[in-house]
Amino acid sequence: MRRYVAGRIVQSLIVVFLVTAISFFLIRLAPGDAFSFVGDYTMSDAVRNRLRAQFGYDRPLIEQFARFLGNVVRGQLGYSHSMHRDVGSILAVALPRTLLLMGAALFTSFAIGIAVGAFQAVRRGSWLDRSASGILLLFYSIPDFWLALMALLAFAYWLPIFPSGGMVDQVVHDYMSFGGRVRDVIAHLILPSLTLAVLSAAGIARFQRAALLDVLPQDYVRTARAKGLGERTVVLKHALRNALLPVITLLGLSLPALVGGTFFVEKVFSWPGMGYIAANAIASRDYDLVTGTVIVGGIMVAVGSLLADLLYAAADPRLRAR
Amino acid sequence: MQPPIPASAPAERLASSGVAPALTPVRAPEPPRPRRRLTGALWWSLALIALLCTIALLAPLLAPYAPNTQLDIIALKNQPPSLAHPFGTDQYSRDLLSRMLFGARISLSVALLAVLLSATVGTAYGLIAGYFGGRVDAVMMRLLDACLAIPRVLLLVAVLALWSPVPLGALIAIIGLTGWFEVSRLVRAEVLSVMQREYLLAARALGTPGFRIIWRHVLPNVLNPIIVAATLGVGNVIMLEAGLSYLGIGARAPAASWGSIFFDGSDAFQATWWIALFPGLAIIVTVLAFNVFGSALRDALDPHQLAGDRAR
Repeated sequence: MRRYVAGRIVQSLIVVFLVTAISFFLIRLAPGDAFSFVGDYTMSDAVRNRLRAQFGYDRPLIEQFARFLGNVVRGQLGYSHSMHRDVGSILAVALPRTLLLMGAALFTSFAIGIAVGAFQAVRRGSWLDRSASGILLLFYSIPDFWLALMALLAFAYWLPIFPSGGMVDQVVHDYMSFGGRVRDVIAHLILPSLTLAVLSAAGIARFQRAALLDVLPQDYVRTARAKGLGERTVVLKHALRNALLPVITLLGLSLPALVGGTFFVEKVFSWPGMGYIAANAIASRDYDLVTGTVIVGGIMVAVGSLLADLLYAAADPRLRAR
Repeated sequence: MQPPIPASAPAERLASSGVAPALTPVRAPEPPRPRRRLTGALWWSLALIALLCTIALLAPLLAPYAPNTQLDIIALKNQPPSLAHPFGTDQYSRDLLSRMLFGARISLSVALLAVLLSATVGTAYGLIAGYFGGRVDAVMMRLLDACLAIPRVLLLVAVLALWSPVPLGALIAIIGLTGWFEVSRLVRAEVLSVMQREYLLAARALGTPGFRIIWRHVLPNVLNPIIVAATLGVGNVIMLEAGLSYLGIGARAPAASWGSIFFDGSDAFQATWWIALFPGLAIIVTVLAFNVFGSALRDALDPHQLAGDRAR
């Protein structure tokens, strides 16, 4: 077990290193650099070159990479030219917001997905199962940003039930009581997190249905039935508990897609997390901020799948014994 | 009744390797194969895909207006759907239906070509890892694990944002080259199982060169899952390209793809709902067609799975 954990941690570090290396080189090889676009376009070449020298852009690429890596390890992700702040401090504010949105979406999607998948498996072959499969496939085919747009149009403009974006009410949030602030954030959270959740729930439900169908014909399920247990107990206590194990692996596998989905949904709902910041950074060609967001996104995925694997190892007695 | 000839009979092995002249051994009658049920879903989704491709090809004939022409920037700007403009017009007074017909060309060709590229690269990678095995396999798979963990959208966004505007070929290459990881994992697993088969042993025993073994014996036997994965991948890439173009970093500006139509209207969707609605529906219908086709194909190509599912 300890060996396994150590191996997984090393693997995660390699992933983070690769993400850093890939994003660094792709971005440095791109035409132009951080100073081709920044500030005054009438800036003279002499000034531009002095700035390049000051930030080390005139050094050989390998040396730049070594310095960059050293900085990243120390938590220095560079300087944002569009927001005039340290990239690290921008992302330190944005990351918890993204984690809040992703956490809410992840929780809801697994709740919906497991429930729908289990229901389908129990009613396998019925018209309810088939129509649920059809609806899931439909949801699986909807682009995340489009569903977000439609949800925004439908439930924030035409039927103004929910706020139209952002994370808090810009005007009165600061004057609310603590409970009022929590309610305010939740009201802003519902639409974006539901959008994300509904889309990823489609894949989870498919997986859960298959997992439960694998378990239902097993002998111990028959034994449970033979003991005279109610169908509810058999499915929930005996079958579903064992069918949940493979779904845990899905937690890690769905993270890269969820990070992508969050990126688009944040952009549509102006949720001020990392995706929103990255979208703005792209618009203003803020190189360091874009690179920093990709790296932190990679770290997020790596840590998330590490946690999922450890969770799996902890939940699976066969792995725990090792 | 004839006694069944064991499958490992040398004559049979030689024959199935395809190298030795067929000795036509006496065969036991084969058990009837499970009939490949071609479901209705397979046919209607295929028909829909064919229809969409035809529409894309015939776009110049079908489109009522030129896709990039600003018809009348004063009178025809942001018009809701009407008889003259069934899907309305955008903020530059361009006809949305025409733009969507031409957009189908870019959206579909980007998706198909990118998936072709990623399926090819992924298959080659998986074949090499699975065929050579051992240390080569271990290193290649660790690298693959790392690649699988990279958030693809973030990487694409970063690259495209800083290289933009990229030409269409580069867009296809970038999307294709970041999409092969899952295919190669799939292929490698299939190759590992094929490598255990006896016909492969026979081919090796006969001294068939490695490249020929991969090309003639391994590849044809791992093709089915690749085809299914590629079909399902097309839908994915269509959505991905739409998302990137929605951010303004996908297809280049005046040309229309389904995603870039969103980008052109993204300032004011509250007022111009048709710009958000129609391209979205086009994307959903297309992606759904490919996803239904992919799932139906998987069921049709893999009778075991279907039979097992039914038996329970």
